Amino acid sequence: MQKIVTLAAASALLVLSTAAGHAGTLDNVKSAGVVKCGISGSVPGFSAPDDKGAMQGIDADICYAVAAAIFGDKSKVKFIALTAKERFTALSSGEIDILPRNTTHTLHRDAALGIDFTYYNYIDGQGFMVKNSLGVKSAKELDGAKICIQAGTTTELNLADYFRTNGMKYTPVGYDTSAQTREGFDGGSCDVLTSDKSQLAALRTELKDPSSASILPETVSKEPLGPVVRQGDDQWGDIVRWTLYALINAEELGIDTTNIDELKKSSTNPGIKRIVGTEGTMGKDLGLGADWAYNAIKAVGNYGEMYKKHIEPLGLARAGSVNDLWTRGGILYAPPIR
Amino acid sequence: MAEKSKIPLHRDPFVRSLIVQLTIPALLIWGLYIMFQNTVENLARGGIKTSFDFLGEVAPFAIGFSPFWTFELGKSTYLDVFIIGIQNTILVAVLGIIAATTLGFIIGVMRLSPNWLVSRFALVFIETLRNIPLLLQILFWNFAIFLAFLPGPRQSLEFLNSIFLNGRGLYLPKPVVNDWSGFWVVLGVFIAGIVGTIILRRWAKQRQDETGKLFPARLVGLGGIILLTLLALLVTGGPISFELPALQRFNFEGGIELPLPLFSLWFALSLYTSAFIAENVRGGIQSVSKGQTEASEALGLPRGLMMQKIIIPQAMRVIIPPTISQFLNLTKNSSLAVAVAFEETVAIFAGIALNQTGQAVTIIFMTMAVYITLSLLTSLILNIYNRRVQLVER
Repeated sequence: MQKIVTLAAASALLVLSTAAGHAGTLDNVKSAGVVKCGISGSVPGFSAPDDKGAMQGIDADICYAVAAAIFGDKSKVKFIALTAKERFTALSSGEIDILPRNTTHTLHRDAALGIDFTYYNYIDGQGFMVKNSLGVKSAKELDGAKICIQAGTTTELNLADYFRTNGMKYTPVGYDTSAQTREGFDGGSCDVLTSDKSQLAALRTELKDPSSASILPETVSKEPLGPVVRQGDDQWGDIVRWTLYALINAEELGIDTTNIDELKKSSTNPGIKRIVGTEGTMGKDLGLGADWAYNAIKAVGNYGEMYKKHIEPLGLARAGSVNDLWTRGGILYAPPIR
Repeated sequence: MAEKSKIPLHRDPFVRSLIVQLTIPALLIWGLYIMFQNTVENLARGGIKTSFDFLGEVAPFAIGFSPFWTFELGKSTYLDVFIIGIQNTILVAVLGIIAATTLGFIIGVMRLSPNWLVSRFALVFIETLRNIPLLLQILFWNFAIFLAFLPGPRQSLEFLNSIFLNGRGLYLPKPVVNDWSGFWVVLGVFIAGIVGTIILRRWAKQRQDETGKLFPARLVGLGGIILLTLLALLVTGGPISFELPALQRFNFEGGIELPLPLFSLWFALSLYTSAFIAENVRGGIQSVSKGQTEASEALGLPRGLMMQKIIIPQAMRVIIPPTISQFLNLTKNSSLAVAVAFEETVAIFAGIALNQTGQAVTIIFMTMAVYITLSLLTSLILNIYNRRVQLVER
């Protein structure tokens, strides 16, 4: 009896666990015909539906680019909106293939949650938004404040660290979604709203009276945000990572949606030729077609175009900021495609 | 006899039931075992580390509301977070059960009132509240009523310069004992008052049984307790003083703070559940034979006394079992609190702690254990009470 049970259990285990296995994401994606993409769905600039219902933002663009690199068709993406709490479980359980959900790269997440970070599509930092009527000019004056926050984010940890370091006290008011923190702040359940500065800029535009609140100058944390993949499938991780690198390299080499077709036909620059797929074996190395990067850039534009389209309308200038290319004083530095 | 024992095995009811009863649990245990093994295997394969060790680690975030358990940022652990979550769940569940039961009884009795206006009001109350989803009601109280109509901290509504109400919460004076010997005297007088009232009620009941004369023992007892306690406070020279909440730069500090989300959740849970309890009460009252009403009317009992002495005691055995389910529902429904930022188990433990540690399997398992324990405890206590109110015979 014991033997039968063990045998049966072992075989059932084999059956059940191959279904939940982790390797071969590219094959799964190809057979499903779509890239399943976990996003927030409610953060303007990163991922939010436009007036036609299409998902827009630099997080959404990562998935469009990956879909274009694999299928040559950016529409083969299925977006799944996730809360901060659900995101990692959704990724590690195979419910989604990529998680570009303004997610901060930290050691604990990288090492203990069975997930891998690729590169960054926006480098952010945490800040504070306050009502002008309080007359607060610096985050150092916030001792005793009530602070609205999205529960379960790195924001919450940075906040605790910042107040501990400065010997100040605060009371958290933790909501489930970023939209609820805005409602709470608008309704007066807290004095301060804290989040990544890009999100603060977006949330401020959605307040009943945006001019009644302002963002304090302090940046209290490092928030490198980027797409996350499951641990244990290096090929898939490489595809996502290098698609993002290709978008950044394209900007560096001056490739954009307006000139890419012409460059593909006539460019003699070997760097450009390797990206658009007329030279080298880049696509084959990744397990994709030769025009993978061409399709990705064609679909969403280079990184600069993405930034201009989605982030600049929030009032966040790029020139000279950390999100600029390394050649212009920023820190975006993509390894060479060769 | 010998022929009877020759029934083939597959038609012997005893053997058949034995086989079925052994096979089903075996299959069940086997299935659970496979699920467990599979989870462990998949977690290991996915590189996800799972253990209970995180409970001893320092929680790197703050908790706002913890009335009975101290939380200190940088010292308290995830275990403290777990305890605070359970504490706040129990707090809102107990407050909700008390309010929902009281309100439910009143509305349930009103529903059967001969007064058209009163019974229609109860009907509208019940039908509205039990037909709107609870989450919507919680959001309604929080965002559409409290936050919309209560002022900011600077314009707080105040009573006697010591109680303040604003969009952040309710601020009460906090009693501080500054003379312990005096405090014990006052407490002693207070307890003596309660004991005295119990004795008074016994005496009043005995006298009523013998002579039929009524004596307002409850009223006299309550008045006695209040008067004696006040007197003791005066004589001992006020051993208790009050720490008043005071407006600081952002908020009130000092005193007792009851945050607004507690009220949003409490109001919504109590009102929603009271509608169901009211229907249980109505059902219970209507299950009592009409002859009981007629008999008590024939005795000349006024309606209030008839309800209290004749109808309700008999209705209780019908009211209690479904009401236990409502209490359990209320406790479980308190997990919707995360929408309004009340810090109960699901919000801070299955929410914040889960996301910061990534221990999904462990934490969800522990959270489920909390609710099943609370539910079984509530059930147990009320079933003991139920046994007491059941009629021994009909």
